[in-house]
Amino acid sequence: MSNMNEQMAAKYKNNFLKEIEEQAEMGDWVKMCMQCGVCSGSCPTNFHAGWDHPPQEIFMMIRAGKREEVLTSNSMWQCTSCYNCYVRCPRKVPITHIMHGIAEYAYRLGLAPKMQPSLHLSQTFWNNATKHGRVNEVQLTQSLYFKDGIGAGIKKAMEMKDVALGLVKAKRLNIMEALGGGHKCKDVDGIHKMLAKAKELEAKRKAGKAAGA
Amino acid sequence: MAAEKKHAAYICSGCGLGERLDIDALEGVAKKDGKMQVVRTHDFLCSQGGVAMIQNDIDNDGVTHVAIAACSRRAKTEAFNFPTTAISRGNLREGVIWVRPDTDEARETTQEMAEDYVRMACAEVKAMTQPAGNPNTGTVKTLLVVGGGMTGMTAALEASKAGYKVVLVEKTGALGGWAAKLYKRVPTREPFKAPQDNGVADLVSQIEADSNIKVYTNATIAKTSGAPGRFKVDIAVESGPTVTEDIGAILQATGFNLYDVNKLPQLGGGQANVVDQAGLEALARAANGGAIKRADGKEVKSVVFVQCAGQRDTSGEHLSYCSGYCCNTSIKQAMYFKDNNPDIDTVVLFTDLRTPGNGEDFYRSAQNKGVIFSKGVVSGVTASGGGCTVKFHDLILDDKNAQIDADLVVLATGAVPNSGVNIDNPVDAPAAAPAEGEAPAAPVVEEKPISILNLDYRQGPDVPQFKYGFTDSHFICFPYETRRTGIYTAGPVRRPMDIAQAQEDATGAAMKAIQAMENAGLGKAAHPRAGDLSFPSVRLEGCTQCKRCTVECPFGAIDEDEKRFPLFNESRCRRCGTCMGACPVRVISFENYSVNTVGAQIKAVNIPDEFSEKPRILILACENDAYPALDMAAMNRNEYSAWVRAIPVRCLGSVNTIWITDALNSGYDGVMLMGCKHGEDYQCHFVKGSELGRYRLSKVGDTLKGMNLETERVFDMEVAITDMDTLPKKINEYAEMIQGFGPSPFKGF
Repeated sequence: MSNMNEQMAAKYKNNFLKEIEEQAEMGDWVKMCMQCGVCSGSCPTNFHAGWDHPPQEIFMMIRAGKREEVLTSNSMWQCTSCYNCYVRCPRKVPITHIMHGIAEYAYRLGLAPKMQPSLHLSQTFWNNATKHGRVNEVQLTQSLYFKDGIGAGIKKAMEMKDVALGLVKAKRLNIMEALGGGHKCKDVDGIHKMLAKAKELEAKRKAGKAAGA
Repeated sequence: MAAEKKHAAYICSGCGLGERLDIDALEGVAKKDGKMQVVRTHDFLCSQGGVAMIQNDIDNDGVTHVAIAACSRRAKTEAFNFPTTAISRGNLREGVIWVRPDTDEARETTQEMAEDYVRMACAEVKAMTQPAGNPNTGTVKTLLVVGGGMTGMTAALEASKAGYKVVLVEKTGALGGWAAKLYKRVPTREPFKAPQDNGVADLVSQIEADSNIKVYTNATIAKTSGAPGRFKVDIAVESGPTVTEDIGAILQATGFNLYDVNKLPQLGGGQANVVDQAGLEALARAANGGAIKRADGKEVKSVVFVQCAGQRDTSGEHLSYCSGYCCNTSIKQAMYFKDNNPDIDTVVLFTDLRTPGNGEDFYRSAQNKGVIFSKGVVSGVTASGGGCTVKFHDLILDDKNAQIDADLVVLATGAVPNSGVNIDNPVDAPAAAPAEGEAPAAPVVEEKPISILNLDYRQGPDVPQFKYGFTDSHFICFPYETRRTGIYTAGPVRRPMDIAQAQEDATGAAMKAIQAMENAGLGKAAHPRAGDLSFPSVRLEGCTQCKRCTVECPFGAIDEDEKRFPLFNESRCRRCGTCMGACPVRVISFENYSVNTVGAQIKAVNIPDEFSEKPRILILACENDAYPALDMAAMNRNEYSAWVRAIPVRCLGSVNTIWITDALNSGYDGVMLMGCKHGEDYQCHFVKGSELGRYRLSKVGDTLKGMNLETERVFDMEVAITDMDTLPKKINEYAEMIQGFGPSPFKGF
């Protein structure tokens, strides 16, 4: 993957804006930002610790050609997809989509921050959901709890045990799902085929873009 | 006409006046104190019947002077319009019953107030004559337009379309001004996405085809004399004879110059690869749609635009204002590059991108074309390699050491108005002025402005300037007016603006100039007392030649004759009365507004003795803002003290100090002066009137001390037309303070 990173860096040399426009989904909107900052002011996360750069700064950095800084930034991964910025943007820039587009591009290049919680959740959720065509909540919870090691996982599980017991009592949680594969959707093979086809199509489209088609 | 005077008073009992006031007693006052030959009442005076009653007395009973005691002089002006008759108005409605409580205990003081206003109206009308109009009318209806740029050409065409002859004078050899030097202009039409043709050729051909417009190129104004409707203008044509034209009004559209790029060495001013916006237009014209090349012939592959270069400067060294057009111009120029080759790097460095008009769409279009906009402050431009390095502080990323390399740097240097000589600051006057008898001044360092209009007015050769050298005008309320009647300014000489705004400006100013010519032909005043037929007359045998009127006139209307007496040019006069207020020997007056008309009202008020505990406070209120504010307070039923007696004045500048000393001598306990805000953000309709008035009145303190009176008894306040709620409170506070001082010791003398 890092190979692709080098390829892309070489291809666009100093024109990072062009790279984003052509490679990241919705990236061609970045130039339309007028730096008013309404997006940053509208963000419900208030940029608590952990945000590297608010959206309009990311856009400015793209224009200023700060490639490494943008692609390794954790900012895109902090977005909660509330769409407040998109709704409020006076230029109608689809900020939420651009953030996801850049995040996805950074992931493809292998530059996304390792063990970033949102990234980890996305991957875990995806793997869990696509395996049997349904989300197995118990296994999903397990893998999230134990992502930072066994000790941390047990501690977290103990903290949440009352909630879990309540859910079990109310028949909203089936502990037995932890064993075996849990329940599946009717046509797992069909789902897998569908996903494989979708992946194939996407790979083709992106490869085309990367090649400059 | 003057032989047979017949005075009549008409008292209205409508609008609740009959219920609140003793009308019979008012009638008695008009007869006994007012000494009116005819006194009538009517229960609806402004009705057809009431007006017909007055008209009948004028037509059949020989009534020449009418005092109407009813509502404010600002109300029912159409009903009470008797053009041949002198009219005064006693303000019983807004001035009395609407500002007083309807209670038994207030009844006595309210009635006294009403009786005084009846006395005042009677006294005023007896001191008035109906003005006949300025006899020195000029009937020339030709408009002179100075400057053949976009503003001047538009003004000429608009005036011609309205049916007026125009003389258009242009300093250079061709019409078009700055616009003609532009490769293209900022779009004026939907969808506002791409630069469009500068439009000069079209206007020039329209002018050439217009038989109403006479054009002088390579020409300047050698001398302007006269007044609206009868200006004589000498036009000096290069390598030709000087021509004299008869002119009705003048429109100055002399535009601007770019701020000198050489004054900005830290931004690369003077370097080979740094140009100003005009420089880039020249390169773009040379390229004519092809690749833009630098002076050294190299094709430009990267360009940086530096906004606000030498503008919005807080150090005081450069221009401190925004020139208004440069952001759109840089956007347009960036498009020159992008439209030719989208791969050219174009970066606009701005602090605030200001795109007036439909510039926002244009800005968006430039972003779409790939122009990069970065928010940053440029700290320096240095030559490096084959181009320049621009160092800047990136304000979004807070990167103080950001830099870009570029083949070419364009500085948006902004506009400096071409407004001629600053007559209020003679230091700026041309050192080498060929004026007769003047010794050459100190060596000139910079290029000094030369006069544009060469007015032979006593107060200087050009129109007065306001901030930053732009010509003085109230840019919201009366934008095209200058302080020289019949001379209007339009375009960037008036305030910073772009072509679209300048063309709008030109149209407006042309219309105002036409109004001025028409009014001058009828002997009427121009703005703000448009249509006023009165004009100042001076009793020269009493004049001491002190020259205060000639110096103070805000409009330069008064020259001096060869015997050094004031020489009034009535058509230049705006009828503010500042000369009348200034005159220490009180020889200047208008037929319907004079030291006597106001003085008689002051004396007509009944002053109760010192034991009655009824103080009397005189209010002299500016009729443009303060008096309407009082009226509006009344409409809102904001009550105020019954001790005040208000007299409207044309301007605080027309207040003669004799009125104040007379009032205090005759036993008034206090005097309130209400005028408009003055200074940089003045509101005075006569621009300098309230300022001059206040300066004059600031000396009244000594008089008060001489009379052993508290100086606070004369109170000068700034009143805006919107003060209807606060004004009554201030009046009441002042009345309480006056009551605290105790009665004036001059009562009864």
